[in-house]
Amino acid sequence: MTLTGWLQALAFFAIVLALTKPLGLYMAAVFAGQRTWLSPVLVPVERLIYRLGGVREDEEMSWRVYAICVLVFSLVGLAYLFVLLRTQKWLPLNPQHFDNLAPDLAWNTAVSFTTNTNWQFYAGESTMSYLSQMAGLTWHNFVSAGAGIAIALAVIRGIVRSSAQTLGNFWVDLTRACLYLLLPVSMAFGLIFVWQGMPQNFNPYRDVTTLGGVTQAITGGPMASQEAIKEFGTNGGGFVNANSSSPNENPNPFSDFLELILIFAIGAGLTYTYGRMANDTRQGWAIFTAMALLFFAGFACTYASEAAGNPLVHRLGVLGPNLEGKEVRFGAAASALFATVTTDTSCGAVNAMHDSFTALGGLVPLVNMQLGEIVFGGVGSGLYGMLVFVVLTVFIAGLMVGRTPELLGKKIERREVQFAILAILVTPVLVLVPTAVAAITPMGLATLGNAGPHGFSEMLYAFSSTNANNGSAFAGLGPNRFYNLVTGVTMLFGRFAVIVPVLALAGSLAQKRPVAPGVGSFSTNSGIFVALLLGTILIVGALTFLPADALGPIVEHLLVLQGKTF
Amino acid sequence: MLSQRRLARRAQARELFDRAIVQRAIRDSFTKLDPRWMMRNPVMFIVEVGALVTSLFFARDLVLHAPQRGFDLAIAAWLWFTVLFANFAEAVAEGRGKAQAEFLRRSKSDTLAKRWSNGIVESVASTQLRKGDVVRVEAGDVIPGDGEVVSGAAMVDESAITGESAPVVREAGGDRSAVTGGTRVLSDTIDVKITANPGETFLDRMIGLVEGAQRQKTPNEIALSILLSGLTIVFLVAVATLLPYSLYAGARQTLTVLIALLVCLIPTTIGGLLSAIGIAGMDRVMQRNVLAMSGRAVEAAGDVDTLLLDKTGTITLGNRRATEFIAAPGVAADEVARAAYLSSLADETPEGRSIVLLARDAGIALDEPTDASFVPFSAYTRMSGVDLADGTLIRKGAPDAVLAWVRERDGDPSPELAAHVERIARAGGTPLLLAREGRVLGVIYLKDILKPNMRERFARLRAMGIRTVMITGDNPLTAAAIASEAGVDDFLAEATPEAKMNLIKREQSSGRLVAMTGDGTNDAPALAQADVGVAMNSGTQAAKEAANMVDLDSDPTKLIEVVEIGKQLLMTRGALTTFSIANDVAKYFAILPAMFAAAYPAMGVLNIMHLATPQSAILSAVIFNALVIIALVPLALRGVKYEPRGANVVLRTNVLIYGLGGLIVPFIGIKLIDLLLSAFHLT
Repeated sequence: MTLTGWLQALAFFAIVLALTKPLGLYMAAVFAGQRTWLSPVLVPVERLIYRLGGVREDEEMSWRVYAICVLVFSLVGLAYLFVLLRTQKWLPLNPQHFDNLAPDLAWNTAVSFTTNTNWQFYAGESTMSYLSQMAGLTWHNFVSAGAGIAIALAVIRGIVRSSAQTLGNFWVDLTRACLYLLLPVSMAFGLIFVWQGMPQNFNPYRDVTTLGGVTQAITGGPMASQEAIKEFGTNGGGFVNANSSSPNENPNPFSDFLELILIFAIGAGLTYTYGRMANDTRQGWAIFTAMALLFFAGFACTYASEAAGNPLVHRLGVLGPNLEGKEVRFGAAASALFATVTTDTSCGAVNAMHDSFTALGGLVPLVNMQLGEIVFGGVGSGLYGMLVFVVLTVFIAGLMVGRTPELLGKKIERREVQFAILAILVTPVLVLVPTAVAAITPMGLATLGNAGPHGFSEMLYAFSSTNANNGSAFAGLGPNRFYNLVTGVTMLFGRFAVIVPVLALAGSLAQKRPVAPGVGSFSTNSGIFVALLLGTILIVGALTFLPADALGPIVEHLLVLQGKTF
Repeated sequence: MLSQRRLARRAQARELFDRAIVQRAIRDSFTKLDPRWMMRNPVMFIVEVGALVTSLFFARDLVLHAPQRGFDLAIAAWLWFTVLFANFAEAVAEGRGKAQAEFLRRSKSDTLAKRWSNGIVESVASTQLRKGDVVRVEAGDVIPGDGEVVSGAAMVDESAITGESAPVVREAGGDRSAVTGGTRVLSDTIDVKITANPGETFLDRMIGLVEGAQRQKTPNEIALSILLSGLTIVFLVAVATLLPYSLYAGARQTLTVLIALLVCLIPTTIGGLLSAIGIAGMDRVMQRNVLAMSGRAVEAAGDVDTLLLDKTGTITLGNRRATEFIAAPGVAADEVARAAYLSSLADETPEGRSIVLLARDAGIALDEPTDASFVPFSAYTRMSGVDLADGTLIRKGAPDAVLAWVRERDGDPSPELAAHVERIARAGGTPLLLAREGRVLGVIYLKDILKPNMRERFARLRAMGIRTVMITGDNPLTAAAIASEAGVDDFLAEATPEAKMNLIKREQSSGRLVAMTGDGTNDAPALAQADVGVAMNSGTQAAKEAANMVDLDSDPTKLIEVVEIGKQLLMTRGALTTFSIANDVAKYFAILPAMFAAAYPAMGVLNIMHLATPQSAILSAVIFNALVIIALVPLALRGVKYEPRGANVVLRTNVLIYGLGGLIVPFIGIKLIDLLLSAFHLT
């Protein structure tokens, strides 16, 4: 590890920290319908959208209606994208004349983008028409992120409201998230990325003859406009297969740095929004602190492992950090940072190949996703995922002060525990069971890139990533019908089987009347609470996966130390 | 004195019962293996299924002479022990209640009742009595059912229910009229109107409660069970998928090993002790002679934010004593004493009697006036007095009430006395204004005597985060003086039942849970409204029915102990849940390397406890898991140590003991067991 490596991480984190409060305040204002500096321009647009959609701005929804709206909206979006991908050959903006996608791949991709996963079993530059990219994938990049943020707001309202039946209006939250937050920032950063050298055109690919004398197709297309929302909405779906390791999508260390900040920004800001809406900003900072500690722990582990390099390669006389699968312009530190950040959140964009990381360097992204991506997390989903752990922590540890546990004065009782547990159950079931099926069926084993523990990690990573709606891959695993169909299912349930109980939890909390805080009540903004929250996350969230991880990256690491390969 | 005697009696009872309780508990541990019973507890049910499956493996091993039969036997045996230990914990907790129920049932034996029927007394079996019947009970008789004394007064031995051997007075009218079936009249004769049908009596309910027959899981217990079931499913998935994983890795695992891992990971410690904790909590309340109508009430007691305490009997000794008569200007001293005497002759309250005594000391000796009618004190008028035969009305009572009464009769409020009233009130005494017809005669100075150690108890409550509010019919000045002397946080002066009710509702609407004690019929609505209402056993039937707890000793300060027990109950659950979950870390480190040592020798690095062999590692974890249940039985029954301090301090202490302890202890325990196993070559 080097000082500059750590300085990069610290500088990055300092900027995220500085953005947290202003962005959090801005979001609190936007979602409360208060005036912001963009209001003069956007309010008429917002009104128009409501009029076109027949939405009554002041009409609030119960958790059930809210959840149904989320589901219906997503399902319609999924069908739309599926049809688009199956018909792109006959539609405009297809200069490379790409064919329609096969049904299983179209299903996988439609689910992937609807669920904010952006798992890609295709290479964008050789599969997707510009229309599919823009009107299909980018549309979902905005609205799936918007839906996630909307749900987080609904959950916050459930916690902070008292004796309420409603959680807000999904259409209004979704519109505001896209209009006031995602669109303006993406536009601004799209231009910055163009300035940094990203392509933004509708031209066919250009064939050039390289200095080496071979012909190479230089991809083009509307990339910069997709890049910003890819990071800011923690989508992660690359325009091209190589994602942010490609010079087109990530030209230089500066663009890399900006992309990192975009990934964390909303997740961090929402913690402040939560504290603000709870009228106790320390609540938000406590959650922020827990997330920050998990981030630094993950980065330290990945970076240390990547910087130490591969002993087997060292034995061959090539010393230094592990640079296999990395862009030399980013190096070990920025690659480790990107891998940590992209899996802390549900982004899944990559600037290096995780499959080529050292065993422990690859373990961190795996664990991050298995925790459910709660370290700042996917836009919205990170906060509500973390709040489920908060509820569990309050329930387990809160009992120890001798009262019925309370979160912001609201008693955590049977219904709340039930919904929290339902949400927690999703990840182990959707990660471990499909991995088990894959590990013993020929279909599952057919497309492994490696044998032994690393091959196992590839399967485990695929299901950890799709369940958590991350979308990054241990690239060694190839697509086939089995993975197309099953990861489609894990992506779908990984998102919606969590959203429904989480909204139910919020609905149940909203109805409660908070009890007055006193010296006898358990405070959820103290240092000891942060420690307990981390303990619960690690023991309830991570230990479940220890046996599986032990057979993947952990044993691989031990074997590498002994010089054994497969 | 009395309580010491009771303690001695209890200690004796404990020694007598202990051996019997344990013996019965051991027997019950086996009968509870019935799967229909075990299913109520999903965590332990999984363990039982695991024990059964591993036993079948052992049977197969025997037939096949398989080499692993010793290991399979050991795992199967320890899994059975795990289930039995959990059953034993529950059975021991139930044991005390069962013993007490048997004791109670003996006092319930059928008696003959003397029922009034058309003016004559007929003999019927007590089981034939119905609500509304009136029975005569004479000295030496057992009272045949719950009821209210409608005429007469008697000394009653209630030891069968309260354990208190000193007899108590039960008399018609007032707040001491309730009698309980199964208690015995020692002297005099009373007529009792039966208020409960057979099978619904207090004794029946009490037997049901202590026996746990009607025991239902409390809300918090249900929530915790859901959490534990959820965690069990998570670990079931984690362990079940390990079989295909191990096939992929070429390190096939036997089902015995997987079952052992599963049992170690699921929260068996708290799962096995959960119901024992609840039963023991109820039992601790019972041991303090408080009858909780449901576990829910005990749990709610732990959540209480505001405690309403009647001044009289709780903060001060019940009997205020009259110490001085102060005459109004122009009124002779003995005229005041005479009026005070007349107004209190028929007043049987301790205050009334003390006024009569003081008047006698002042030399007043009159015969009881004929045809006078006594006007008892009521919470609405806040006055009592006497209407003499010649039409003279004498009233004494709270100054504002008496002044209002005087004004009503166009009398002279006599402002000079106001200074005395204020002086007495400010000193914490109770001024009673005495008036005859439209004229204020003077002031009676009643002195309150504070109970010892109340200040410390309120400080303790404050440290727990509980606010105490003193309720008194006194005027604000008196109330303030006593409140500050006793150290309560707030007071409600000149309290009427409505004011009390409004206070409760106000506290509740600002999100606080309220507890109160009461005994009179006029307390019943407030007792029902409060989240935790404790009625005194000496109180009226109405109060007892409205409350969710009855204190058999009729000691209002008991509420404080009940709150502590409620808190302790929740803390014990939280502490053992945390301990149980934290234990998993060490168990992973014991079992995982052992499972894959053969396929991946490199995994040996993770064997940080350096356990001897894979088999001894797995067995040690299973044995530790079983033994920890039995080791924690005393803690589950006794409850974790409770210090009345702020939530953050309590939390820090418990996290250190049960959280950090839960991480470290199993490392040590498993290592020790492993050392023993290898020392005796048991694996």
